[in-house]
Amino acid sequence: MITMEHVCKSYKIAKRNAGFGEAFKALFHREYEVVHALSDVSFTIRDGEMVGYIGPNGAGKSSTIKILSGILTPDSGVVTVDGRIPYKNRMEHVKEIGVVFGQRSQLWWDVPVIDSFELLKDIYSIPGEIYRNNLEELTELLHLSELLRSPVRQLSLGQRMRCEIAASLLHSPRILFLDEPTIGLDAVSKIAVREFIQKQNEIHKTTVILTTHDMQDIEALSKRIILIGKGKILLEGTLEDIRRGDAGIDETVAELYRAYEIE
Amino acid sequence: MKKYLSFFRLRFTMGLQYRTAALAGMVTQFAWGFLEIMVFQAFYKAEPEAFPMTMSATASYIWMQQAFLALFATWMMENNIFDTIVSGNIAYSLCRPVRIYNMWFSQSTATRVSRAVLRCFPILIVAVFLPENYRMAKPASPWHFGWFVITLVLGLLVTVAFSMLIYVFTFFTVSPQGVRIVFTSMVDFFAGAVIPLPFFPADWQRVLELLPFASMQNVPLRIYSGSMSGAEMEKAVVMQLVWLAVLVTFGSWLSRMAEKKVTIQGG
Repeated sequence: MITMEHVCKSYKIAKRNAGFGEAFKALFHREYEVVHALSDVSFTIRDGEMVGYIGPNGAGKSSTIKILSGILTPDSGVVTVDGRIPYKNRMEHVKEIGVVFGQRSQLWWDVPVIDSFELLKDIYSIPGEIYRNNLEELTELLHLSELLRSPVRQLSLGQRMRCEIAASLLHSPRILFLDEPTIGLDAVSKIAVREFIQKQNEIHKTTVILTTHDMQDIEALSKRIILIGKGKILLEGTLEDIRRGDAGIDETVAELYRAYEIE
Repeated sequence: MKKYLSFFRLRFTMGLQYRTAALAGMVTQFAWGFLEIMVFQAFYKAEPEAFPMTMSATASYIWMQQAFLALFATWMMENNIFDTIVSGNIAYSLCRPVRIYNMWFSQSTATRVSRAVLRCFPILIVAVFLPENYRMAKPASPWHFGWFVITLVLGLLVTVAFSMLIYVFTFFTVSPQGVRIVFTSMVDFFAGAVIPLPFFPADWQRVLELLPFASMQNVPLRIYSGSMSGAEMEKAVVMQLVWLAVLVTFGSWLSRMAEKKVTIQGG
């Protein structure tokens, strides 16, 4: 179970106007602006749930994921994941979770995919048999057999993302964080990724938290939606709750953003 | 421990892939080696008595230095470590049950060893068969050779532990350029990479010997060439151990601090 209670996080950002004079001035006096990435965020996610976490760019989605995965320490508030405080004991916590950042890569660029997988096996101390079973299952579900022996730099984005997802599930984590997993993918790859996530949740009861801008992802995957904007939780509910009439999902969400003035 | 060995293995095999870079490196090192020896010879001919090392020891020092350049050159750093910090890809490493410090330590040791293994043999073999004044001499004795190997490993670890500080500082400074330039030029000069430490004025030497820089290439290269032995050598080995412990303790503490207050850059 994941709970966040009254979590706040702010960043300090150096700001200046354009131009040489301003740049020179900034050498001596720097102006900072405090940006509240999260202010008073609370929610609970039960085991085995699949939750879509949506909101415009800069709403605080990634910050939330980073706090839940133990990378970032919140300024205040209480966070527990299966009874652990993620940022207090990072090493213990991360053994139990899998994370995919759609815009980053965890695979080693210059070596075949399978080398990265073998390394992960040692990093997580995955017992040989479990590793073989997981690898076999993931290879089949994500159609990786052709890809495992190619260097990562020669994979297409869709192929790489399938490998990334497999990489984050080799150690059978109970919770999977997906930060924009379908970003930049073509229709075929998107559908493959969605189907796989669905299956993973059904078969292994993995809790999935998904951030995305692609509303079809949400439609296909999550029964429950958390809408965040300007660092605050604005709405929680099912897709049906927020849909009006027979408006498309994109229109519905755009309408919501406008209603809350978080565009 | 096994996970860090795996890092080492992966990085090591990766390093062995870059054959062309190794070839280009070797050509540079030959050119540089000859150039340096010629310069030292000019000085030697002018006034042999003022020379703190024999010409043969100097030549051995220079060839060993060129052969094992990749082990000790602090300017050869792991660019991909800087990249992960600057781009924010470090997020992934932090999502793993690994100590960032240990991971980077094994990774950069592996890269250095793989580079050195690719480059050292051709240089050493050619250097042995060069004409008299340019030749690399045999080690002073098997005993010296044994100590040479031990201190070579220690020197490598001290060098890596020192460059780890540069990586960790990058957590705080955001861009690695500044720290990197200051540190690497300092190391090059004080470690005996530009000129061997015995060529420094005596007062300088007494201070330099106490700094971590003298515990890097200075010790193995001088033991091999026979310009360091006995009590001086024992003292140098102790200094290596002390600096290794200090740098590793400080570095891993600092890295833990950094991990706690890190902000991941980029969305």
